[in-house]
Amino acid sequence: MPDYTQYRTGEPAVDTKAPEGPVNERWDTRRFQAKLVNPANRRKHTVIVVGTGLAGGAAGATLAEQGYHVVQFCFQDSPRRAHSVAAQGGINAAKNYRNDGDSIHRLFYDTVKGGDFRARESNVHRLAQISVEIIDQCVAQGVPFAREYGGLLDNRSFGGVQVSRTFYARGQTGQQLLLGAYQALSRQIATGGVELHARTEMLDLIVVDGKARGIVARDLVTGKIDTYFADAVVLATGGYGNVFYLSTNAMNSNATAIWRAHRRGAYMANPCFTQIHPTCIPRTGDHQSKLTLMSESLRNDGRIWVPKAEGDTRPANQIPEDERDYYLERIYPAFGNLVPRDIASRAAKNVCDEGRGVGPGGQGVYLDFAEAIQRMGRKAVEAKYGNLFDMYQRITDEDPYTVPMRIYPAVHYTMGGLWVDYDLQTTIPGLFAIGEANFSDHGANRLGASALMQGLADGYFVLPSTINDYLARNPHTENVDAEHPAVAEVVAETEDRINLLLSVDGDRTPDSFHREIGELMWEYCGMARTEDGLRKALAKIPEIREEFWRRIKVPGTGEQFNQSLEKANRIVDYLELAELMCLDALHRAESCGGHFREESQTPDGEAERRDEEFSYAAAWEFTVTGGAPVLHKEDLVFEYVHPTQRSYA
Amino acid sequence: MKLTLRVWRQRNAQEPGAMATYEVDNISADMSFLEMLDTLNEELTLAGEEPVAFDHDCREGICGACSLVINGDAHGPERTTTCQLHMRSFADGDTIDIEPWRASAFPVIKDLVVDRSSFDRIIQSGGYISAPTGTAPDAHATPVPKPDADFAFEHAECIGCGACVAACPNGSAMLFTSAKVNHLNVLPQGAPERETRVLDMVAQMDEEGFGGCTLTGECATACPKGIPLPSIAAMNKEWLRATRKVRR
Repeated sequence: MPDYTQYRTGEPAVDTKAPEGPVNERWDTRRFQAKLVNPANRRKHTVIVVGTGLAGGAAGATLAEQGYHVVQFCFQDSPRRAHSVAAQGGINAAKNYRNDGDSIHRLFYDTVKGGDFRARESNVHRLAQISVEIIDQCVAQGVPFAREYGGLLDNRSFGGVQVSRTFYARGQTGQQLLLGAYQALSRQIATGGVELHARTEMLDLIVVDGKARGIVARDLVTGKIDTYFADAVVLATGGYGNVFYLSTNAMNSNATAIWRAHRRGAYMANPCFTQIHPTCIPRTGDHQSKLTLMSESLRNDGRIWVPKAEGDTRPANQIPEDERDYYLERIYPAFGNLVPRDIASRAAKNVCDEGRGVGPGGQGVYLDFAEAIQRMGRKAVEAKYGNLFDMYQRITDEDPYTVPMRIYPAVHYTMGGLWVDYDLQTTIPGLFAIGEANFSDHGANRLGASALMQGLADGYFVLPSTINDYLARNPHTENVDAEHPAVAEVVAETEDRINLLLSVDGDRTPDSFHREIGELMWEYCGMARTEDGLRKALAKIPEIREEFWRRIKVPGTGEQFNQSLEKANRIVDYLELAELMCLDALHRAESCGGHFREESQTPDGEAERRDEEFSYAAAWEFTVTGGAPVLHKEDLVFEYVHPTQRSYA
Repeated sequence: MKLTLRVWRQRNAQEPGAMATYEVDNISADMSFLEMLDTLNEELTLAGEEPVAFDHDCREGICGACSLVINGDAHGPERTTTCQLHMRSFADGDTIDIEPWRASAFPVIKDLVVDRSSFDRIIQSGGYISAPTGTAPDAHATPVPKPDADFAFEHAECIGCGACVAACPNGSAMLFTSAKVNHLNVLPQGAPERETRVLDMVAQMDEEGFGGCTLTGECATACPKGIPLPSIAAMNKEWLRATRKVRR
């Protein structure tokens, strides 16, 4: 087999749906160009939506409202449990309700800059435009956003920006927005517009005559593997952060749907762009199964510091003020503790690498509320952050009102994902990817409170408009024949894989492999990456894969509820995805956003972007397992926000 | 620490279940309860036995998936979700009983996993505001008084875990249903469907086989999100008001 790293560069990836003209008119232009489906014809079309988070839930509800027949899937027992539920801080919108100089153009600018100039201007501008409609929509659904005494909506500020444009519902914004989408979806389930399959996991994509026509899914209760057919398939299956084993993702979030789609021909873009969130609770030991995020909103009032001296093990309250280093305020005076996530994370890593970290193993920095409590009073701090403080106390057994929180960066979000055009269609006709599952609008780094915005923008507004064009051009003619060779082949492959997993009967648990690949990725493809490290990881991954198929142990059978089998099957895909992430990180010999290559930094240790060589999205085409993929570059053009080295100082 | 676990094992909905006893060792006080179960499951897997099935996902107390009755209490001794319960709440040498939610409207699927789709059907019967995408007026068009917004939020916090039902001697879903009714009915946006919402949701709740409410208050004690007991009284008031107002 040829060396995996000897990839070939193919034809450029071209977004043929991108409209021209002034950036603020492009969305209108595209919507007008797009063909429509007559309301009476919509019910003849079936659309499969996989996932019920913000993007999937919103899309399923909206498509059904439009009259399409939606068949929707989630592996959880209820659509309400999708991991969007865990987002804490808020959702951005350019409402300018604060009259503080915000505008659609500023949100557009902040997002392109925050993403370190690796996102498409057209997409980001559309996102900023739609942001205002999202808030209207959610309020109409009864989402209980925080309000002021006059009855109007409250806002707060978030990292990477200097205006207050974040709408929030205490520390549970994701939960409340998800319940809004879930309730809209429930309404459509009741009317029959949406046929929901809960506890059912997509295991592969069915492509017939070059078009996405359905999925293979496993009923997680009975173990039955079934096929479902449609005129278009929408993947809203979230990100792949769990490849790192420890992350802030839910335990069952996984990459199988997008990776299977990738194997069937959908390009995967910028897989190395992962977001390491600066404010998570540090790990306590090897038993750790996941990491818990503390909302970035805490950085509004909390001050981040470490001792000035290396190896200072005194308790926080015994370290005098002049022996503390409020390093973010020192290095970045203009943004202080509110620098973007990638910068805050790297700075935390740097001070810990210098031996100034706090807590067990020196893997932590303080997030201190003493000054905020003095300034605002304990009550005000409680009202703003009470539930987060409670959560911290429950996990660590420390009282953050009296002892500073300890935080450390953790994997949180993946900016990479399936490559999509302006219509959110992948390179497989009829296959769409929305929300975190696509490579999206966040470039190389996502700003806080923007994931909820993008998920809902894609689900409520973008996809329901753009999918019409595809369905109008591909009118429903006949159902897919279940006996079609392309269908039979996918089903057989799926069944073979399941049977193989069950038959190895080795001596290692699924979790042990997941942990191993996760640790490898965190070490070599985490916060800082080097050519040497990535090559090491690339050499190691095929070995782990080989060992996996020799030593995996999955008890039970396939014809039952079998959580070990679910896990093992997801790990199969992580073991391939990890390889592509490392290759992408290796090939991108620049630092940008969440991707920091140690070889590419400025003299003062900041990320050095290299626009002449890397101002493109890297879209990878699958060939064979372990075989070198093909790189398709999509050049990025900046007409409105001119690339500069980001400065938050 | 070293613990004895007595765990409900049941292969599937059809076969009867029974308690099984396991010993676990080297449990750290910093582990979450579910991480302790992970440890047990790793050992069972290596021994070629089927691991104990349990629902879990976010492990940060918000998705509502985890659902264990621990020593007779829904979500165990602390007022939180099982995933946020830590082993420091237990002592070395303890024996811990672990059972699934017990309610006829939540049939067991396997071991500690139950079917809570009845909750989804209650929401489908009216737990929403009909606001099709694109129809919304500006978010500031209708101010909502802060006390009403706070009341709505307090009830919207429900995570749909089902602890209220598991804790109730009658297996009643009144607290779950009232949380959603109160969240939506207090908001001006929820007003047009105020009466049908409460009537339909209560009717669906009854149809699902949940028990009646005798105000024992166990539900509110078990609720990890602190949905208050008066929520039920507020729903009863809404229901009475609706029966008088609506001619069906």
